[in-house]
Amino acid sequence: MSIDMEQFHQVFFEESFEGLDIMETGLLNLDSGEADNEEINSIFRAAHSIKGGSGTFGFQNISDFTHIMETLLDEVRDGIRELTHEGINILLKSVDCLRMMMTATSEGGDVDEAEVKTNFEALQNILDSESAADTPSAKQDAATSESDQAPVGWKIKFAPHKNFMQFGNDPVRILRELGGLGDLKGQVDTSKVPDFDDFNPEDMHLSWDLMLTGNVSKSAIDDVFAWVEDESDISITPLSVVKEESAISSAEKKTASKKPVATAAAPAAAKTTEKKEKSTAASSSIRVGIDKIDDLINMVGELVITQSMLSLLGEDFNMTRLEKLQEGLIQLDRHTRELQESVMQIRMVPISFTFSRFPRMVRDLSEKLEKNIELVMYGENTELDKTVIEKIGDPLVHLVRNSIDHGIEMPEDRVAAGKPEKGTIQLNAFHRGGNIVIEITDDGKGIDKDIIFQKGIEKGLVDPGSKLSDQQIYDLLFNPGFSTAAEITDVSGRGVGMDVVKKNIMSLGGAIETHSVKGQGTIFSIRLPLTLAILDGQSVSVGDDNYIIPLVSIVESVRPKKEMLNMVAGKGETYKLRDEYLPIIRVRDLFKIPDAKADQLEEGLLVVVEADGKRFGVFVDDLLGQQQVVIKSLESNYKRIRGVSGATILGDGSVALILDIPSLIRMSD
Amino acid sequence: MTAETHTEGTDELLDVDADLGDEYLTFSLAHEEYGVDILRVREIRGWEAVTRVPNSPDYVKGVLNLRGAIVPVIDLRVRFNLPVEEYTSLTVVIVLAVEDKDDGREKTISVVVDEISDVVKAKLSDIQTTPKFGSALDTEYISGIADAGGKMLMLLDIDTMLRVSEMNQH
Repeated sequence: MSIDMEQFHQVFFEESFEGLDIMETGLLNLDSGEADNEEINSIFRAAHSIKGGSGTFGFQNISDFTHIMETLLDEVRDGIRELTHEGINILLKSVDCLRMMMTATSEGGDVDEAEVKTNFEALQNILDSESAADTPSAKQDAATSESDQAPVGWKIKFAPHKNFMQFGNDPVRILRELGGLGDLKGQVDTSKVPDFDDFNPEDMHLSWDLMLTGNVSKSAIDDVFAWVEDESDISITPLSVVKEESAISSAEKKTASKKPVATAAAPAAAKTTEKKEKSTAASSSIRVGIDKIDDLINMVGELVITQSMLSLLGEDFNMTRLEKLQEGLIQLDRHTRELQESVMQIRMVPISFTFSRFPRMVRDLSEKLEKNIELVMYGENTELDKTVIEKIGDPLVHLVRNSIDHGIEMPEDRVAAGKPEKGTIQLNAFHRGGNIVIEITDDGKGIDKDIIFQKGIEKGLVDPGSKLSDQQIYDLLFNPGFSTAAEITDVSGRGVGMDVVKKNIMSLGGAIETHSVKGQGTIFSIRLPLTLAILDGQSVSVGDDNYIIPLVSIVESVRPKKEMLNMVAGKGETYKLRDEYLPIIRVRDLFKIPDAKADQLEEGLLVVVEADGKRFGVFVDDLLGQQQVVIKSLESNYKRIRGVSGATILGDGSVALILDIPSLIRMSD
Repeated sequence: MTAETHTEGTDELLDVDADLGDEYLTFSLAHEEYGVDILRVREIRGWEAVTRVPNSPDYVKGVLNLRGAIVPVIDLRVRFNLPVEEYTSLTVVIVLAVEDKDDGREKTISVVVDEISDVVKAKLSDIQTTPKFGSALDTEYISGIADAGGKMLMLLDIDTMLRVSEMNQH
C-alpha cells in the first residue's frame, strides 16, 4: 500500500511556516529578556516538529538543518548553554534560511546553497565553541544525568505500555535505532507475557533493560524515544558517571558527537541542487477554529428547522395563519443574517498575522541604523478579513519603516531634546464604529509642516498664497511627486512610496490620516472596513437603473430647493446647504443615463456624501431602501468601470452597481 | 484514466485523419449563420433585461446575474456593425467561456444573437481559411468558413472576438 505523500505537503508547509513564526517570536522574546523556560520549550518544539515532518517527507536538507538548530536549542533548554545576543542573531538568520529552503521546496525553486552553508557553519561554530562548558558548569556536576555530557554509557529501562503497538509503534525499530547509536546489550523481561489462552498478539507484554555503551549524548537517546514517550515508561540513567574536568572533555565530546551531523549534511546539501518537482498550484487556505464551525452547524440547523416549519405552513395555507407565516419569515430573516455573519466570521483572522513580522523588522532596522527603539503592540487579536490582512501588510511595513528611519531620532539627539534615549513605536489595532483602526505612533521628531508646505509650493502642488489645513498639508506627503524626491527624506522624513501606501489603503476602501506634533511624534491612523465582502448600502434610482451608495460615505440626504443652487463659472453647480457650498455630481451626466427622470434639481434628491475629507452632493432621481449587499466583482468577467466599485445582486435577482464615491468625485473634477 | 487516453487518442487522430471534426453551435445574426465551438457554450437563456453599465462600449448591453456571478452581455449585431433590431421572443443569450488573452484566466461572458439554429459537425476538411475581404471587413475574429448543408457558416474565434482588452479601449 502506498500513500500519496504529496497530499500532505501543503499541510506540512503550512504548519512549518507557522512553526517558523513561533520560533521567530520566541527568539525575539528571548532577546528582549522576557524568556522563560516555556519560551525556549516552544521554540524547541517548533523546531522539533519541523525536523520530524521534513524527515518524514524526505526533505533531507531541511531536516538536517533543523537538526543542528534543535541540538543547539536543546542545550539551551537543558541549561548547559546560554544564548547570547549573537547566538540569537544566528538562530534568527537560520530561521530565515529555513524559511527560504521551505519556500524553495514548496514552490520548486532553487535553494541558496551558500546561504544554507553559512548559517550551518555559524550554528556549528556555536556548538563547537567552549562557552557551553564554562558558563553553567556549576549546575553540571549536580545534575550530570540531565546534561548532555556523554558518560561511558547509559542504562535504559524501556517498558512499553500494553497498548503500545496499537499506535503503530514497533519496539524492534526503536531497539535497532538505539543499536545504531552505540554498542547495545540488553535483557528482555518476558515475565508479563500471559498464558497462551489469554495471549493477545496486539498487546505489548515485553520490557527491556538495556545497556548502551559508547559516546552517545542523552539527547540522541531522547530522540529515539521521542515518538513513543507517551506510550511507554522510559528511564535513562548514566551507566557510571565519570567525573572529570568537564571543561575540556565535554567540549571534546561535543565535537565528537556532532561530527556525524556535519557529514550527514554534506550529501544533503548536494542533493538540493537537484531541482525539486514543481509543487501543485498553491491554493491559499484558512485555518478555522472548531468553535466557529460548530456555530455554523448550529445556525444551519436552526435554518433547516425554520425552513421545514415554513414549508409545512405553506402546504395548507389560509389567511388565518398569516400571522404565523409572518413570524416564520421574521425568524428566517434572523437566521439568515446570523448565518451570514458567522460565515463572514470564518474569513476573519487576528491582525497578529500581520503584526508578528514587526518585532523582527524593528529589531533589525534599529540595529542597522544604530537607534534604540522599542516596539509596543496592542490589540493584536483584533480580527480582520483575510483579504484585508493580506493587503494591509505592505503599507504597514512601509509606515513602520518610515517611523524607524525618519521618525525616531538618533539616541544622542533624543537625549539632547530631553526625551528618553529609547524611542517607542506603537502599533495599535482596535474597532471604531464599523471600522478597524490601526494606529502607528512614534515619539520621534514629528513632521515639520512648514517644510512640507514649502516643498509643496516648490513642486507646484499648492499655491504659495493658499491656506491649507493641517490635514491638507499632511496629505501632500501622499502625493506621488513627493515620494520620488529623495531630498525630502533629508528634511522632513516621510516620503518614499507614501503614495503607494495611500493607494493601497484606498483600494481596500479605507482611509489614512496623519497627526503630528513637531518634536513630539507622529500618528498615522488607518481606517479600514471590517470586511470587503459586504457593505451597508442605500439604493438609489437614476432613470431605470438602481445604484447602491455605500452607507458609510453618506452624510445625509436632502430634497433640494432651487434657490440654493449656484452656478460657478457657468458650469460647475454648487448647492448651499446651511453654510456649506457642496459641488453637485449628477450621476445621470457622468454615466450618460438617457432616461433619468429628474432634470431640474427640485425634482430629485441630493445625497450628501463625504470622501477624502470633502463633501459633495450626489444628485439622483429617488432614494429606495437601505440594505446589506454582498459585493461582487465586475472585473472577474468584465472590466473595471470608473465610478463603480463593484456590483451586487438584489433581492429580485437583478444586478445593481455599487457607486465608488471617491472615484466619482475624481471623475467630476 | 480512460478519459485521458481517449482525448489523447482524438488529438492524434485529428492530425492523421482529418475527417473527425468539432461540433459547433450555430446561430443566426441578420440572416447570416455563425458557429461557435460547442465546448465553449455554458448555457443558453432567453433574453431578459440586463443592468446597464456606464461608460462601456455600445455593444456591451450590460451585465446579468448568472447564479451569483456578474457576466457582461454583448450584442453581436452591434459588435459586427449589423443593423440593430428590437429583441424578440426568439432572441437568445449564449453564455460562453472565453480565455482572457491578457492574463490567461477563464472568463464568462454572454452574447445576444437572433436565434439558435442547430448543432453541426464540421469536418476539418470542410473548413476553409477566411478569405480576405480587404480592410473594409474585420475578419480577424473569424477562424474559418465551413459549409453546413449548403449554407455558409462562419466559425467565430471567440477568444479574439471578445477580447476583454478590446472592451477596455472604448
